[in-house]
Amino acid sequence: MSSLDKPAPIDAVRQSKVAAALRAFLPTSAVLFSAEDVKPYECDGLSAFRQLPMVVALPENELQVQRVLQTCHQLQVPVVPRGAGTGLSGGALPLGNGVLLSLAKLMRIVEIDPLARTARVQPGVRNLAISEAAAPLGLYYAPDPSSQIACSIGGNVAENSGGMHCLKYGLTVHNILKLRAFTVEGELIEIGGDGLDAAGYDLLALLTGSEGLLAVITEVTVKLLPKPETAQCVLAAFDDVVKAGQAVANVIAAGIIPAGLEMMDKITTGAVEPFVNAGYPLDAAAILLCESDGTPREVAEEIARMTAVMQHSGATEVRVSRNEAERVRFWAGRKNAFPAAGRVSPDYYCMDGTIPKRALPRVLTAIADLSKEYGLRCMNVFHAGDGNLHPLILYDANKPGELARTEEFGARILKLSIDVGGTITGEHGVGVEKIDSMCDQFRAPELALFHAVKHAFDAQGLLNPGKAVPTLHRCAEFGRMHVHGGEEKFADIPRF
Amino acid sequence: MEAVIRQLSQTLRDAGASRAPLRIRGGGSKDFYGNPTAGETLSTLAYRGIIDYEPTELVITARAGTPLAEIEAALHDNGQMLAFEPPYFGGDATLGGCIAAGLSGPRRPYAGAARDLVLGVRMLDGNGADLKFGGQVMKNVAGYDVSRLMAGSMGTLGVILEVSLKTLPLPAAETTLHLNGEEAAAIRCFNEWAGTPMPISATVWRKGDIGVRLSGAHAAVEAAAKKLGGELVAPAAAAHFWRALRDHANCFFAGDLPLWRLSVKSTAPPLTLPGETLIEWNGALRWLKTDAPADAIRTAAARAGGHATLFRAADKSAGAFHPLSPALAQLHRKLKQTFDPAAILNRGRLYAEL
Ligand SMILES: Cc1cc2nc3c(=O)[nH]c(=O)nc-3n(C[C@H](O)[C@H](O)[C@H](O)COP(=O)(O)OP(=O)(O)OC[C@H]3O[C@@H](n4cnc5c(N)ncnc54)[C@H](O)[C@@H]3O)c2cc1C
Repeated sequence: MSSLDKPAPIDAVRQSKVAAALRAFLPTSAVLFSAEDVKPYECDGLSAFRQLPMVVALPENELQVQRVLQTCHQLQVPVVPRGAGTGLSGGALPLGNGVLLSLAKLMRIVEIDPLARTARVQPGVRNLAISEAAAPLGLYYAPDPSSQIACSIGGNVAENSGGMHCLKYGLTVHNILKLRAFTVEGELIEIGGDGLDAAGYDLLALLTGSEGLLAVITEVTVKLLPKPETAQCVLAAFDDVVKAGQAVANVIAAGIIPAGLEMMDKITTGAVEPFVNAGYPLDAAAILLCESDGTPREVAEEIARMTAVMQHSGATEVRVSRNEAERVRFWAGRKNAFPAAGRVSPDYYCMDGTIPKRALPRVLTAIADLSKEYGLRCMNVFHAGDGNLHPLILYDANKPGELARTEEFGARILKLSIDVGGTITGEHGVGVEKIDSMCDQFRAPELALFHAVKHAFDAQGLLNPGKAVPTLHRCAEFGRMHVHGGEEKFADIPRF
Repeated sequence: MEAVIRQLSQTLRDAGASRAPLRIRGGGSKDFYGNPTAGETLSTLAYRGIIDYEPTELVITARAGTPLAEIEAALHDNGQMLAFEPPYFGGDATLGGCIAAGLSGPRRPYAGAARDLVLGVRMLDGNGADLKFGGQVMKNVAGYDVSRLMAGSMGTLGVILEVSLKTLPLPAAETTLHLNGEEAAAIRCFNEWAGTPMPISATVWRKGDIGVRLSGAHAAVEAAAKKLGGELVAPAAAAHFWRALRDHANCFFAGDLPLWRLSVKSTAPPLTLPGETLIEWNGALRWLKTDAPADAIRTAAARAGGHATLFRAADKSAGAFHPLSPALAQLHRKLKQTFDPAAILNRGRLYAEL
């Protein structure tokens, strides 16, 4: 999809009818529809796409969520769920003929069970708030997206979010046990359980990462882990990006799974250093941050091995954090890479392809070439340990044509990710942003199956329609539908 | 090899046309698992072999008919493992059956389940369509997670052709300890230990005996062993012990009484059901040998936050798997209809209506 598509107009008659129906059970302040009231909801973290919602509903409890869904279903109004609105793919982009269902007011930590190491929380609870509440018990919630101070656990489940530590501790899908959710018709489904598995199909996995298209999540039971006693970080500098990529492979080959393994290229360190004063070696082509956590002896043992691997891999400089303050300083640049991009450029566009690590040199070289071709700077900062790239394309939306060029540049990076055996999105989701790239990654039969899965949950397509999975019609128009061996499979399947 | 797929796909299309059920089978090591199912056998054994294994990517991709032993041997040669410690239940276990059954062994609570390590699948749906989901990378959120949905679906949604799994390095050190304790105390200890950073990789309780395995960095294993106390088990005996537990080859699992698998909240107190119990997974998995009525067992499991599977029994008329809520049962039927509209694949193996 392109951000240049025009926003849809809003039907005022329908708007007042829907608002009135919702105000029958929600307080007036929880149903917004005037342009200025709904304006804050016009976009999520992908601000290039904007659309005013017809109505915003702000329920405070599960029963109200259910009634919003029942009412909308009765009136045949599409519903877009929204958590904190930090998503980077336009998953929570409103519809001009739809209700934006905000879960932000459902923000209670219902229960923490220290012995079972679980927390039961409402969907609007912020990711970091869970770890903060569990901290006095020596526990924490492991998945830590960089947006963790703001993003909601409901959004995390809907996107299957990751973080710096997911190489060792897993993604959202690995760290949740149970969901309460409502279908678009307002029917309660309880998925998973208090044990480690549940009877029947793994609907917990199916719902995780489903981008709000299958059900609205109203409660999440997450696993908590004991906080590591200590952590230490190795900072290694390389005079060549390819060598840094090889060092990543060497760490894994040595049988080490670091708590975090991140790479930043020279443009990135140059952009962040003035803001964080981390003392990064600015002449290095790339730096790696490699973290170990555990008991003090365990960490000492692992740090020694990590250091040796970095030296063997040709690092020009290896530093080990000597104390917690220094460790935090090493990470400060990485954690502030996005804001720094925002400071060195009026706008930036974050990509999210994941590739096999062996393809790193090829892909980084190709991105550098594309950067020249489009005349746009690109910062490379990424989760190196799992091959999840976050190229940040720097642009200026006020310069005519620059946004369009940026989007094209981005789409070519995604195509490249697919070509080397990777995926267009590792953690940010497809949303509206990458919907056309889905036509590159999947063929018609897989897309048709995705639509059929959606149909099983939401036959009328009223929950977050138009996101995540392109219609076959759209792909055909887009000219990207893959036809294998000259024959189109499922020629008889309707092109949605 | 692509010819094998065309053949399988043709078989599915023919079966679909005549609505003739098929029974998908790899090595047959899990024939006992689930409900009985009728139909011609569709064997996956011809589609075998490791396709791609790059240790530094932490990913292996293999065909469904590949013996699990072949995969684990290849990983072992490179200092890696399947961290979910898959049960074999017989030497002929294949990768496809392992993922379709979705069972995991003693290491599961600490390193993840079969489904957690699945990164991608290639499969044939009930129409014989050749489909690919997920991939060979650690993080992938493009499209619904159909790969993980296949894990544990007991062959009722499609024929798994290929699976990509995340691999992990073998632990540098491993130690097993033997301690003593009563059931309630053991459950409490398991959960308390799990709340500390000790590198526990397996726990078991039976009749006053507690077994704990520690795996990880030398320093961490040594420190934890000192903290826990008890007696050290010789490495060879320990390896044998955990393998026998994984494959139900020890004496607890012998005999003709029905064997139940109760997956419950790890802190649930001892279940007051008649019969003999063996506990794993910090208390989250309870094996019960009993001839108590199915209803009583399922009620107890549900009260403990989980579900009960009639794992091994001569008579499975009570249904192998825990009944679903009406809302979930309906979603299951719709998903089955989506993947296998003619209902030919492993009919009834998971639930009678699927
Ligand atoms: C600076 C920055 C850094 C980021 N870093 C990371 C990172 O490191 N890793 C990472 O994975 N992501 C990252 N993100 C992306 C984003 O924070 C995550 O995708 C997050 O999970 C979104 O949560 P949210 O509450 O803001 O969801 P929203 O943006 O509100 O919604 C996201 C999607 O989830 C759906 N949804 C929300 N709540 C529910 C619910 N209760 N039920 C059903 N569907 C729902 C919405 O419809 C939408 O499709 C970053 C974003 C920013 C702005």
